[in-house]
Amino acid sequence: MKLPEGLIPAPLRRPAPPGERTNGAGGNGKGAIDVAKEGGADVVGWLDERTGGASFLTGMLYRKVPKGTNWFYTLGSATLFAFTFQALTGVFLAMYYTPSPTQAYGSITHLTNDVWLGEFVRGMHKWGSSVMIICIFLHMGRVFFFGAYKYPRELNWVIGVVLLILTLVMGLTGYLLPFDQRSYWATIVANNITGTGPVLGPYLADFLRAGPEIGATTLSRFYAIHMLLVPGLIFALIGAHLYLVVKLGTTAPPWLRIARPKSAVRREEVG
Amino acid sequence: MADQGNDKQGAPSRLETPDPAGYFKGESMTRRTAFTIGVQALGGLAGAAVALPAIGFAVAPLFEEEEQPWQAVGPTTDFSPDTYRPVVITAVQGIGETGKTTAYVRQGNPEITKDTKYPPESPDEYIAISTRCAHLGCPVRFVQAAGNFICPCHGGVYGFVGERIGGPPVRPLDRFQTRVTNGQVEIGPRYSVTNDLDPVRARDPGEYTGGIWNVLYPPRPSVPPPP
Repeated sequence: MKLPEGLIPAPLRRPAPPGERTNGAGGNGKGAIDVAKEGGADVVGWLDERTGGASFLTGMLYRKVPKGTNWFYTLGSATLFAFTFQALTGVFLAMYYTPSPTQAYGSITHLTNDVWLGEFVRGMHKWGSSVMIICIFLHMGRVFFFGAYKYPRELNWVIGVVLLILTLVMGLTGYLLPFDQRSYWATIVANNITGTGPVLGPYLADFLRAGPEIGATTLSRFYAIHMLLVPGLIFALIGAHLYLVVKLGTTAPPWLRIARPKSAVRREEVG
Repeated sequence: MADQGNDKQGAPSRLETPDPAGYFKGESMTRRTAFTIGVQALGGLAGAAVALPAIGFAVAPLFEEEEQPWQAVGPTTDFSPDTYRPVVITAVQGIGETGKTTAYVRQGNPEITKDTKYPPESPDEYIAISTRCAHLGCPVRFVQAAGNFICPCHGGVYGFVGERIGGPPVRPLDRFQTRVTNGQVEIGPRYSVTNDLDPVRARDPGEYTGGIWNVLYPPRPSVPPPP
């Protein structure tokens, strides 16, 4: 699907091949439609003159992708969409949620049962978390089986693994927030598993709980980790992940052989 | 810059043979390097002045000992040496139901520990066993018919004195310190025990006790020392 050229402001259009380049926005200011068209171009042009963002955007949007790129290559974007959706619904849930041991469960039942569409938004956040983790693993599988983690993309694989761990931390910390029996005991078990790590484990468990028992500040601590600390890290790392994707490009699927003309095959003699 | 010294055309005599290149005579560091290091050190100090207190603020609960007031759970006549009686105590103050936990209490019974490796019990003392499973912290239940504590989550089984007899738990059930004041049994801080029921500082569930494990799972300053 493509937008008609006329709807895309000139600075964001696909760069013309060298030699055919014209100067900036199209049209000579004839007629109302042309003026309206130019309006959008002017705004974009104004921004572009001051940021230089257009060349970055066009470079990213019109970058070359290898032949054979297929639907499997959209799994990363799907994960990004899931994260964006979690962030959005999470912000709205935070407007109704109270992270206090005595009020958390009440605020959850209130936002689920009384607030208009509350059940829907909370349900989307809950199921969206599973969708995000499923998407991550499918994306990871695609990268693995297509060999897309190989040189020079090893660093992007490492960033991806950190993102996976952070997403699992999101799942773990978010699980406590409804503060029902299931959350409470699941968090006790998760905390105690953390504590079984040798030497540092007991201190890490104390840090998560803010003390030797699940107490008054455990919930707010999990809440802060869930909605401030980890999302910030995920956001920054997604930026790095995408930067490397654009910078290094994607790999062709492994079943696609590069058709090389005979002249391109070079004979090398060693000795 | 570094090339300046090698350019001998019309250079002042003191620039003629810098050693190493780029340095004036007798210098161990260029002015620029000194300033770079100085500014970075200042920046680091300014950053640490903000970051260190903030991190200390976040990890402070690790070093504070949680207050555990003694709680009366009933007159001494309530408890028999032959079976446990469940009592509800408050483990964490100020958070309502969430802070409550259950303990099983009985009178000391010399018959049970006779000819065992466990420390002898006396009828003057009261034994309070925590319901927190030593596997991952689920609540165990005392089953009267079997005389065992059984955990619903992963099938941990403990004997009458809380010793592990089956399933995944790594040590006996924790205990609480007890005392008798004015005929009332009072329950105090939690402590963990080794397989021989020797008291150690309270550990989290899932952590072994005794021997090398006391080092691999170091005692935490957030819990009081054992009796």
